[in-house]
Amino acid sequence: MNSEHGHGHHRAGPDPRTESHLTPEQTQALEARVQALEAVLVAKGFVSPATLDALASLYEHDIGPMNGAKVVARAWVDPAYKQRLLTDATAAIAELGFGGLQGEHMVVVENTPTVHNVVVCTLCSCYPWPVLGLPPTWYKSAAYRSRVVIDPRGVLREFGLELPESVEVRVWDSSAELRYMVLPERPAGTEGMSEAELAALVTRDAMIGVAKVCVKSDRA
Amino acid sequence: MNGIHDLGGMTCFGPILREENEPVFHAPWERRVFAMTMLTMGVVDTLDAFRHAIERMDPVHYLTSTYYEHWLAALETLLLEHGLVTAEELATGTVRTPVTSPRSPLPPEAMVAIVRRGVPANRPADQRTPRFRPGDQVIARNLHPIGHTRLPRYVRGKRGVIARVHGTFVYPDTNAHGGGEQPQPVYSVCFMARELWGPSAAERDRLYIDLWEDYLQEA
Repeated sequence: MNSEHGHGHHRAGPDPRTESHLTPEQTQALEARVQALEAVLVAKGFVSPATLDALASLYEHDIGPMNGAKVVARAWVDPAYKQRLLTDATAAIAELGFGGLQGEHMVVVENTPTVHNVVVCTLCSCYPWPVLGLPPTWYKSAAYRSRVVIDPRGVLREFGLELPESVEVRVWDSSAELRYMVLPERPAGTEGMSEAELAALVTRDAMIGVAKVCVKSDRA
Repeated sequence: MNGIHDLGGMTCFGPILREENEPVFHAPWERRVFAMTMLTMGVVDTLDAFRHAIERMDPVHYLTSTYYEHWLAALETLLLEHGLVTAEELATGTVRTPVTSPRSPLPPEAMVAIVRRGVPANRPADQRTPRFRPGDQVIARNLHPIGHTRLPRYVRGKRGVIARVHGTFVYPDTNAHGGGEQPQPVYSVCFMARELWGPSAAERDRLYIDLWEDYLQEA
């Protein structure tokens, strides 16, 4: 277990903050349990292996933050689109061909020089799948879900984002079936860029609200 | 229920650990659990019942297991509770009872169509006329139901303002327990950070949360 974070105590089980750090034995046990469950569900006619594959594959290849990035870039270059996006996000996102499960009821909130938005789901891990894909482990972690509501500025600082007192921080706890995406500020120095070049700058973290979009982006 | 899942406002979990270039799934079992859960959603039980099955996990297990293990535990719990599988079947992977699925397994194209179309949780607006309007002052009711609720502890008893009326949505508190959808209005409610967290919060910061009408009373 990773103990370099200074907590000084040992956990008996896997550390849910680092999903990929299960021991080989733990992974093996889970693989066996899941194989048994799948065998039962297939035998009873609940699922077919081909459909399981097709479904998982969609979220591995077709549905991810590249979709949300296209929405953001369009909003940056087309003021009328941006207005539609902020008024009826579900319909505006559908204009670009995105929508569906966990994005049936979308809200987009705009970052400005005076307002910074950040999204969480404290009760589980609700997330706008059609535009951002499946959530990263940190978004689902107890550390993020618990603290971003009470100490958003401290959490943002951990992500490298220091906000002045003059900026109003708005935390959005997606506790119902509405799903939230942040429209980040368009960075300076991007005036001559095409919509596709702009989309390439937009990161997942900026659309959750824990980062800003930078011209030289070095993080997913 | 006042469960371990209701994490908002706790500060004891340490730094937020991030993983660079994180894969969508960390292992084949996560991929299968994700897909099996999605494919049986609505057949085994409702999404609200599924969330509640996660909330009913032993709190120590909840905190020491990973996200897709929560899903696995909840799926197994609901299958067992509805008598759709037996513990022996889950242990062995061998089926002893007849086929029990109420519908034939979805072919891939049908599932992809559902992903693209979604499963809306809103219902016709005429189900119940909204009691509140934007700008109305409200208090989140001090309720502590023993079942499923989407009213987190950190807003209970706190004073906020209606920011937006979202429409009429399935009520999770009944839908998680076989009590039907009982749709009602959902509001975006704005709370000042200081109302929730006291004087140490930044003066201008706010929190918006979506709450069903039965969670609210006039201020």
